[in-house]
This record gives sequence, C-alpha cells and structure tokens, in this order.
Amino acid sequence: MAMRKIPAPKPNPETQAFWDAAAQGRFLIRRCTACGKAHWYPRKACPFCWGEKTEWVEASGRGTIYSYSVMRRAAEPYVVAYVTLAEGPTMLTNLVDCDFDALAIGQEVRLKFSPSEAGPPVPTFTIAES
Amino acid sequence: MTTGKCYIAGAFEHPTRKAEDKSVAELHAEVAIGALADAGLSMRDVDGYFCAGDAPGLGPLSMLDYMNLKVRHVDSTDTGGSSYLLHVAHAAQAIAADKCDVALITLAGRPRSEGMATGTAPRTYNPAQPDAQWESPFGLTIINGYAMCAMRHMYEFDTTSEQLAWIKVAASHHAQHNPHAMLREVVTVEDVVNSPIVADPLHRLDCCVISDGGGALVVVKPEIARSLNRPRVKLIGTGTAPKLQAGGDIDLTYSAAVWSGPAAFAEAGVKPADVKYVSIYDSFTITVLIQLEDLGFCEKGRGGAFVADGNLISGVGKLPFNTDGGGLCNNHPANRGGMTKVIEAVRQLRGEAHPAVQVKNCDLALAHGTGGSLATRHAGATLILERE
Repeated sequence: MAMRKIPAPKPNPETQAFWDAAAQGRFLIRRCTACGKAHWYPRKACPFCWGEKTEWVEASGRGTIYSYSVMRRAAEPYVVAYVTLAEGPTMLTNLVDCDFDALAIGQEVRLKFSPSEAGPPVPTFTIAES
Repeated sequence: MTTGKCYIAGAFEHPTRKAEDKSVAELHAEVAIGALADAGLSMRDVDGYFCAGDAPGLGPLSMLDYMNLKVRHVDSTDTGGSSYLLHVAHAAQAIAADKCDVALITLAGRPRSEGMATGTAPRTYNPAQPDAQWESPFGLTIINGYAMCAMRHMYEFDTTSEQLAWIKVAASHHAQHNPHAMLREVVTVEDVVNSPIVADPLHRLDCCVISDGGGALVVVKPEIARSLNRPRVKLIGTGTAPKLQAGGDIDLTYSAAVWSGPAAFAEAGVKPADVKYVSIYDSFTITVLIQLEDLGFCEKGRGGAFVADGNLISGVGKLPFNTDGGGLCNNHPANRGGMTKVIEAVRQLRGEAHPAVQVKNCDLALAHGTGGSLATRHAGATLILERE
C-alpha cells in the first residue's frame, strides 16, 4: 500500500535541536529540572511550573495508544493517534506499518521514525512486539 | 455580573446555503440588515460591532468600513465557531459598562462555493503557531480529531455508533420542517451507521453540512429592548472557557463546557433540569454527546443512553435540541456553527420556531458553542436566555 506523504515539519530556533536529533534517529522530549515533569510538545519554559530550566532528554520510545482513528477518506488511508509515552505526556502521532483493522486503545507501541518530504524524519509509532 | 443587563433584540439567519453570486462582505452586510430589521432598529443605532475570523480584513476594520458603521466599541475575539456566543457575552459586558447600547454581531462565509474540504483536508497553519510543527506532519484534520474523541468515549463508556446516530436522527426530524435546510430527509439509525466511514468511528452522516451563508444578532440594553415591538429575550447567564492540551496531559472525553456551563448556570441561578430547549454545537454527533454530558444534562459517560430513542426530538423526547436541524442537517455557515445556535434559541423563546418543532411554553433556553477542535484546542461558550 502506498504511504501518505508526510509534510516536512518547520523547525524554529526553539525546536531545531529536536529535529536535528530526529535526523540522527534520536527521539528527544523536554523535561523540567525544577519540577521533574516531562511535557509535550517541547518548549523552553515548563508548561507545568513555568520553570525556565528545562532540558532535552532521550525518550524510551515506548508508549501506549490513548486513542486513534483510521482516516478512510484519503488517497492513502492513514492512522492518527494520541500515544501516551512511558515518560508521561501524551503526543499526537501516526501509527505506521501495522494492521489498521487490528488496532486497539491500550496497545503498546514503540517509536519508529517516518521520513518526511524533504525534511527531518517525524516520530511515529508501530505496534510493539510482545 | 451581567445577569439581565441586556437583551437579544434582533436575530437573522441568511436563507442561502450556496452563495456563488455573492461576496463574503456582501453576506455580512445582508445579515446585518436582516438582524436590524428584525429588531426594528437602523444602522444609525449601532454603536458596537463584533466579528471574528470569518470577517475579511484586519479585525473589524474592513467590515466597519464596508458597512460604513460609526461605532464606539469593537471586539474581534476569534475562537472559531464559538466566537459569536463569546461576542454575546462580551456585548453584555460592554453594555453593562456603558461602552455601547446596541451591539451588532455578524458572521458570514462561503466555504461551499469555494470548494473547501472543511473536515477531511489538513488545514495550513502559520508555522509560527507553536503547535503547527507537532500536528501538521501527522495529517490531523477536523474529522479525524473528533473521531479520536469518539473512539476514546466509546472505550471508556461503551458508547456506541447507534447511540451517536440518534443525534443525527433527531436533527433530521427537525430539519424536515425547515425549507432552507440542506438535508431535509428524515434518516434512521441504520441510515447513519450504514453511511460510509470517513474516519473511524465517524460516518458521513455523523458530520455536519458544509454551507455558505451567515447570521447576525443585535444585543441591546434594557431601555432599548423595552422600546421595541418584539418579544423580549433576556440574557441571564454566560460562561466562557478554553480547554487546551495541558502540556500533554490529554483527556479527550470532556470539553470546555465543564467550566463554561456551571459558570453560566450559576450566574443565571437555574439548573439544567429547568431548561426547556437547548441549542448545542453539532459539528459532529460526538460533539453534541460530550457537551450534553459536560453541561450537566446527564452524567459523564451516560450521554449515549441519554440521546437514544428520540430523547432530543421536539415533542417526543425530554430535551429538544437544534430544532432548525442544526449544523448536522440545516446550516453550518462559514464552518462556524455558533451563530445559528443562538438564532434558533431566540426563535424558540419568541415562539417563532416552526410550529412542528416549537417547544411549548419555552421560557428558558440554553445555547452552547465549541470553537476550534475538541481534539486539540477549543473554547466553549454557554449562554442562558429567558423569555421575559
């Protein structure tokens, strides 16, 4: 089956390091050194405590499906999903390389970067082997 | 407090659903003229103007210029489809503060003529919008976002597609009496669940229509309302609230109505059981279900059972909703359904709804809107209106 073309994300000075790491196959999230919580999407000041000392950390790439939907009315059907990361936050993503009809909320997934059109790869997920 | 400090004196819904031969500005002017005529006021009486992102130009400036209105108060708050309910709340505040006496609110657009794939195509955002790079690559659209809300609601509360379908069925029962409605055919639960899936678990008939058109409201201070020869519709409670993604602490099962609803009920001094008619934002069937729960018409998670078996059909069920056919069957002008929600509530309170759907002794109504996306960022606004 043909894959939907993923539009390139447009990094900015606040997020360039994330996409540079993605280009090297590393998936970063942002964590606050004051309150200790990780958040999504990444930003400089912690959205929970407004602490300004946050840092990039490499995420495990493990998560579970919080919700999903198979977009049927598209040239190439695809799956949007919210995945809750092992580190805490829930992120919007795609589920790829899996049987769309066998998906379920609560399933464990693992990171699998997908290429974008003329841009860095984007963090998507696939079903984790049990 | 703005309770009882203003009235909705004029309301007008443009009859068009496809306006290939009109400009967007022209539609704004037509609904403005219609609402002022409905109130019995003229353009010279207007001293406050409210519009949102559907109005072309910088904030309100181009529309004021086009309509040649001289005002002393403006507001261009934009929260998508709920903007016009926020505008009513803001107009009430402005009138209470003596910043204007006659507030005009307009909405218009022509997504149908322009061939916009409103729900199924990812929208393009300004890359400076901080969330854009975390959403655009993944093909998030309006419908697959709401579909994820429905999927999670089904997972947590065993809500079914058949229960959601009842919302469309109720809207269609009302739309059959509206000569302007886009979809006038009465549909069944089977029709809805057998229509093609657009994004699991939402079917084509779980979606609202895409229509051109618009609407306008005139909000006035009490002295002016009393001088007009129209049934008086008093605003007695408002609540507005945004709901966001909370740094990734996401819960798709509830909406901003959990905050805007209680605020409006508290100000009005009434409770959900007192309400005779509701206008509920209906971009999709799931939108209605979640908002009804959040507004307190039933317990969280019990919305499926609440809407089933015709409970939302006027003359049949306990809580008649969207008696014009709503966005699901009648009209969703400019992809922004909040304006028409207020207009039908005004019709009901005046006793001017279609006789087949008019709620008996309709003296208390609620209108609620959601703008943006339930799946990411949205703002809810609740208005409680009373016939005086």
